[in-house]
Amino acid sequence: MTAPSTSPDDFRHPTTVRVTARFPGPRLLRIWETEPGLKGWFSSVDHKEIGLRYIVTAFAFLLLGGVEALVMRLQLTRPGEHLLTPEQYDQLFTMHGVSMIFLYASPILSGFSNYLWPLLLGARDMAFPRLNAFSYWVYVAAGLFMYAGFVVGQGPNAGWFNYVPYAAKPFNPGVNIDVFALGLILLGISTTVGAANFVVTFLRLRAPGMSINRVPILIWGTLTASVANLLAVPAVSLACFLLWMDRQWGTHFFDAGQGQPLLWQHLFWMFGHPWVYAIVLPAMGMVSDGLPTFCRRPLVGYTPVALATVGTMALGFGVWVHHMFATGLPSLALGFFSGASIIITLPSAVAVFAWTATIWTGRPVFTTAFLFFASMIVLFVIGGVSGFMTGSVPVDWQLTDTYFVVAHLHYVLIGINVFPIAGAIYYWFPKFTGRRLSERLGVWNFWTMFVGFNLGFFPMHLLGLMGMPRRIYTYAPDMGWDLPNLIVSIGSFLFALGILLLLINVVVSLKRGRPAGPNPWGAPTLEWAVPSPPPPYNFAVIPQIESRHPLWEAELGESPRRSSIEEGLLLDVGRETIGTSPLDGRPTLILQMPEDTLAPFVLTLGIAAVFVGLLLHVWWLVGAGVAVIAAALMAWFWPRRRQITPEGVEPADE
Amino acid sequence: MAAPASLPASGPAWPMGYLATFGPRADPATALTWGLMDISIAVVVIVTVLVVAGALLRRVSARGPMPAASPGGKGGLAWIAIGCALTTATLLISLVWTVQVLARIDSPATKPGLTIEITGHQWWWEARYQPDQPGGAFTTANELHIPTGQPVRLKVTSADVIHSFWVPALTGKTDTIPGRVNLGWMQADRAGVYRGQCTEYCGEEHAKMALYVVAEPPARFDAWRQAELAPAAATALPGQTIFEARCGACHSVRGTSAGGVVGPDLTHLMSRRTIASGILPNDVASLSGWIANPQALKPGAAMPATNLNGAELTQVVAYLETLK
Repeated sequence: MTAPSTSPDDFRHPTTVRVTARFPGPRLLRIWETEPGLKGWFSSVDHKEIGLRYIVTAFAFLLLGGVEALVMRLQLTRPGEHLLTPEQYDQLFTMHGVSMIFLYASPILSGFSNYLWPLLLGARDMAFPRLNAFSYWVYVAAGLFMYAGFVVGQGPNAGWFNYVPYAAKPFNPGVNIDVFALGLILLGISTTVGAANFVVTFLRLRAPGMSINRVPILIWGTLTASVANLLAVPAVSLACFLLWMDRQWGTHFFDAGQGQPLLWQHLFWMFGHPWVYAIVLPAMGMVSDGLPTFCRRPLVGYTPVALATVGTMALGFGVWVHHMFATGLPSLALGFFSGASIIITLPSAVAVFAWTATIWTGRPVFTTAFLFFASMIVLFVIGGVSGFMTGSVPVDWQLTDTYFVVAHLHYVLIGINVFPIAGAIYYWFPKFTGRRLSERLGVWNFWTMFVGFNLGFFPMHLLGLMGMPRRIYTYAPDMGWDLPNLIVSIGSFLFALGILLLLINVVVSLKRGRPAGPNPWGAPTLEWAVPSPPPPYNFAVIPQIESRHPLWEAELGESPRRSSIEEGLLLDVGRETIGTSPLDGRPTLILQMPEDTLAPFVLTLGIAAVFVGLLLHVWWLVGAGVAVIAAALMAWFWPRRRQITPEGVEPADE
Repeated sequence: MAAPASLPASGPAWPMGYLATFGPRADPATALTWGLMDISIAVVVIVTVLVVAGALLRRVSARGPMPAASPGGKGGLAWIAIGCALTTATLLISLVWTVQVLARIDSPATKPGLTIEITGHQWWWEARYQPDQPGGAFTTANELHIPTGQPVRLKVTSADVIHSFWVPALTGKTDTIPGRVNLGWMQADRAGVYRGQCTEYCGEEHAKMALYVVAEPPARFDAWRQAELAPAAATALPGQTIFEARCGACHSVRGTSAGGVVGPDLTHLMSRRTIASGILPNDVASLSGWIANPQALKPGAAMPATNLNGAELTQVVAYLETLK
């Protein structure tokens, strides 16, 4: 989005037209299509293209993190195993955490949201398409950066929360931790610009008539997560920068002598706990939107669920100390954080009862997506109650840093992220590709994942109660941990098989899946009003929205007037979409959207060069990177001259 | 005190389990754990039954086109209202219980007579018993003795990175943080040997950083303390000379010239059940194997291979065996 321009174009009043096969589709296709070939691929700013890239890349990191987990499970299958050295194990569990939490869980949601948001909102792209492409490229750069360290045996090795002083130079002299610190700062750039993009898109790019009480819950989830990221990421970026200063330039922020090791923990968890909610709330939104489709009725309690989403996040900023109950903080302070950590269960309960009521008062259809969404409710509750237990200080003093916490966090992250994502793949794959996934294979896929997951992770609760600490590379045979560990290992491989079935289904169905049509599930929201896959311009005309369920209006009779999708504002003078008012969605201006450009990719190359230079102390590379950044930013912000003709606005130099 | 050569033959099934605890610091938390766990299990069962029953009872066929949407049954909001009311009540009860337990275990009912300073090291535990009479301090490692029926004050810190002190049957975790002294306490009401282990990831051998707490009747504890206070008995063994020359830079044996403070104090090594922070039984074979090549047993540990020849090794072990 460029700033509202002062060209006469602004004062144009778009006409309302009816869509036909020949108008305005072909004309819009010419305007919006990305040019074929390599240059087009690197310069595309189409949110759908970027969304799919996010999803594929994040899934690749899920697979890498999964393989790392399986190797660890081989090491832990029996006591005293010698498959891995301690150092190898430490890098594996660190990269497993980094991969899953930073490189999979959040980016996969960004992927779905990038793809779906403009379609759900009736817009033609995100608010800042170039920033969107930039966000993706920087994410890839950060992932490669951290994995480059791992591949040469110098990967992060202090766990994903990287406590000092173990992560400080005297105890960890290699580049391992610099890779972690600089990598997270790099990733933070991507998360921050992506979050800003979502917030502005929510505020200004909703279709006319889509007041904020008419947006799907996924929008609330991603919006809430994005606002949280804007507030939380600076804490960890700062912490990583201070750590890098400590390590490279001898500052004393975190050392025990002149600094304060606990400062790291506060800064990290002020980010880390909100982040945990940021990587589940959008996925909960997917369930809130997907489950009702398969229950053939609207979600019970839209308003309480939307408020609970925001409420969870607000409380989520006040619970970080529950990661630090054992650090010796005063009991009185712990009492307050314990209270907040227990009470935060309440907004989650709103969602759980809303979903359950939706099933009971609806007519559920057992599709694979439904199975994933419905099973998520149970997994969510298991992960939720174990979190409730660890929220109680005296209980946490026993539970913390044992396998009970490992069980808890995997029920949360797999139960509330991976299961909804699997459901979301079954739900939206037809929209992405025009073909359905196989439902027969899907049922096998679901049950393998569900049984494997519970077999693999439920016994971890027991291992925790039996006192097995987390992050140990081996254990003695007389601890009573042998059998549960064997079962956990078997379960984890079964779960991996389930993920493999999902991949197989995707690969096979891409070519041979049943054609889906625009709305295979008879779903209520706007993305199902456009063809599958959607054209580059999403909507031929700008839709006018009159209710929360534009495609179920005949069945529900929620609003006196009907939404209009086939007839609406014609915006076909260059890449344009409509800008609306923040609360009630009144159209206020025509937004000129940017053309495809290589600038975000080149900018990322420059930034990556700077970070590699900082890591290896290659100062000329830092200088070269800065030069590339300057050039890319100049290209990015160079004013475009446009020529206004009766035919429309065209670049003046063509 | 006679030194048991090895671990008790029949320990508990789960030496690190904490669902059975043996002292007033841990017991209220254990009861709370059981209570919250029962609530949790009940919640999971109820929600699972509701979801599965609802899905099965209300199910319609997935064959053919999707059935038409409808406004759906009424009463959905009542689910949320009732569910949240019950949840709120449960949470408040849990919170009050939590705060009560927190207050009860915050500090012991009576002032502790014994204070132990515990210092975490990569990867072993140093324990310094504070004197209650002049000259009463001494240092030991990896095996604490405490009198039964009395609270013991713990002052925990670290010499290097963050560790966490945890003896599940007696007390929850207290992190050992360099530059900071954290206070804790524990009490054993029943004599026994309780296992503990580091629970904050602290580097390569985080997995091999255990300790034992031996709780014994006060009279036996006092006897142990007197024995620990005494310097090592003088010997004329060749092993002592070798030890002082080759090991004394890192290890102390009080009463000899070995005065290193890098590794564990070995003055009464043979009174301990295990070596290398709980990973090996304290016997001749283990000692010999450990001294010959610690890196094979605990890669990354600070103790290097000693390069003693066979005869020297035997002599050093023979000397160590005198350190009762």
